Amino acid sequence: MAATTVIRLMTEALVQARGLTKRFGDFTAVDAIDFDIQKGEAFGFLGPNGAGKTSTMKMITTVSPITEGKLTVFGIDPTLDGRSIRQRLGVVPQEDNLDLELTVAENLYIYGRYHDMKKSEINPRIDELLEFAQLSERRDSEVEPLSGGMKRRLTIARALINNPDLIILDEPTTGLDPQARHLLWDRLYRLKREGATLVITTHYMDEAEQLCDRLVVMDQGKIAAEGSPRQLIQRYAPREVVELRFEEGEKDNAVLKMDGLASRSEVLADRVLLYTDDADATQRGLHERGINPEQVLVRRSTLEDVFLRLTGRGLVD
Amino acid sequence: MSSTTLTRSLRYAESEVIAYRRTWRGTVITSFVNPVFFLAAMGAGLGTIVDDGTGQALSIPFITFVASGLMAANAMQNGAGDGSFPVMAGILWRKNFHGTVTTPLGPADIMLGRLIWGVGRLIFVLIVFAVIAVLFGALEISEALVAIPPAILTGIAFTTAISAWTLTQKDGRSLSTLFRFLIVPLFLFSGTFFPIRNLPDWIEPVAYVTPLFHGVELVRKFALPGIDESTTMPTWIHIVYLLVMAMIGIYFSIRLLDKRIRQ
Repeated sequence: MAATTVIRLMTEALVQARGLTKRFGDFTAVDAIDFDIQKGEAFGFLGPNGAGKTSTMKMITTVSPITEGKLTVFGIDPTLDGRSIRQRLGVVPQEDNLDLELTVAENLYIYGRYHDMKKSEINPRIDELLEFAQLSERRDSEVEPLSGGMKRRLTIARALINNPDLIILDEPTTGLDPQARHLLWDRLYRLKREGATLVITTHYMDEAEQLCDRLVVMDQGKIAAEGSPRQLIQRYAPREVVELRFEEGEKDNAVLKMDGLASRSEVLADRVLLYTDDADATQRGLHERGINPEQVLVRRSTLEDVFLRLTGRGLVD
Repeated sequence: MSSTTLTRSLRYAESEVIAYRRTWRGTVITSFVNPVFFLAAMGAGLGTIVDDGTGQALSIPFITFVASGLMAANAMQNGAGDGSFPVMAGILWRKNFHGTVTTPLGPADIMLGRLIWGVGRLIFVLIVFAVIAVLFGALEISEALVAIPPAILTGIAFTTAISAWTLTQKDGRSLSTLFRFLIVPLFLFSGTFFPIRNLPDWIEPVAYVTPLFHGVELVRKFALPGIDESTTMPTWIHIVYLLVMAMIGIYFSIRLLDKRIRQ
């Protein structure tokens, strides 16, 4: 009996969704998706705005009820006992909702209290988290004058106050400048190394590639693909990409002559992408056919290419 | 479950107390300076003319009449203030409520926690007003003390009902309209500054159905029993009116907050 229980605990996913659906009236935001999030992994939801990522997060955090299907978080049904789930969650919402009337430390303190922690437990935890978020010097300052990056780090620190078993980050770096993003990634990396389970939504390819062990690509409420960033690139995109830019008006003509030069091509508003396993051969072919782009760039495939392949359109930033 | 609705509501109220430690200075104006101005202008200023005029205007000094009415009116204003702008901030401007519901706290804990804190603030504001009224010689200490509980009930009725109304509003534009077209007219025409019987006959029934009238009447029936200016309406009607208003307010504010957060 004890042995079977142990096995069940080890194999059971922290979050399990089967046919998970969210509808708002006639609009289906999340359309019967399946996924499992295992303990200790960084799991990503990648997709454009409106793909259903945030709706999925809201169902996991028990804030939004599911319309159909099955969802368990820590093995608990959110419709039956959302509070027990939230007790063990750390949530970083898409929009900062810090309490502007409180100081940096007080923002952490009240969330500790909401989680029913004792003052004596909370205070050392605040010191630790401010250190982690590199905000120790701003401990007693107000929240309003903090930079966007600092506010985000404070929001993450606030989500960690209760030592959560699962940390949900909804577009954690949207709207931050590159420096602030990198600092934030560094902090999230540290959490990962310490064994935290992270769920991250993002529409940044580099973010998904950097942080996620495994991810699903969402589009129009459905899961278009699932795997590690490497696996997805291998599966959906040839090794290399030749990016071509043309002078005004020459693009359409050139495209007509490109047939057979690459395993797949993508004509975007500003450039043409040729997916190929041999970029040199493709470039030679262009030259032989008398196609003379204004600019040629050869690069390795990225998640963005996977995304274009899967959804047939660029990301809406 | 180890926590109860009460402990969770108290946790929420605690966060309001912490915030208030930082912002109380701004509220001193409304809770302390305004009553002084009103009592000085209405009581000591206007009251002198009223009391000296015909000599028969009221059965009690005008300042006593106004001070008792202002207990309820003051509670209404504080309650309305507490139920409007901070609620809109929590749901829309600062979105604090959206963060709070990702912790073990839920919409009911937020609204009840706000109410607990709101009552605490009403007690504070009304004690300040009562002390000022006593210092002005408008009320006896005992009168001022018994005026506090009915005034608190008035404040609760307003804060809960207006919280619910605020949660039905898309944005903050309607909030100033509320004060201009509801709170200010109630303040002026609910018997705070003159007895309702002095209004034209056709408008008197309108006054009887408005909530501040019941608050003002209840305060006077408690603090100044038997004065000619009170109506003959039984006291329990005022209490039931305000209690029902508060309960409807609590019920809908929780329901509407829940609905608004879950969409």
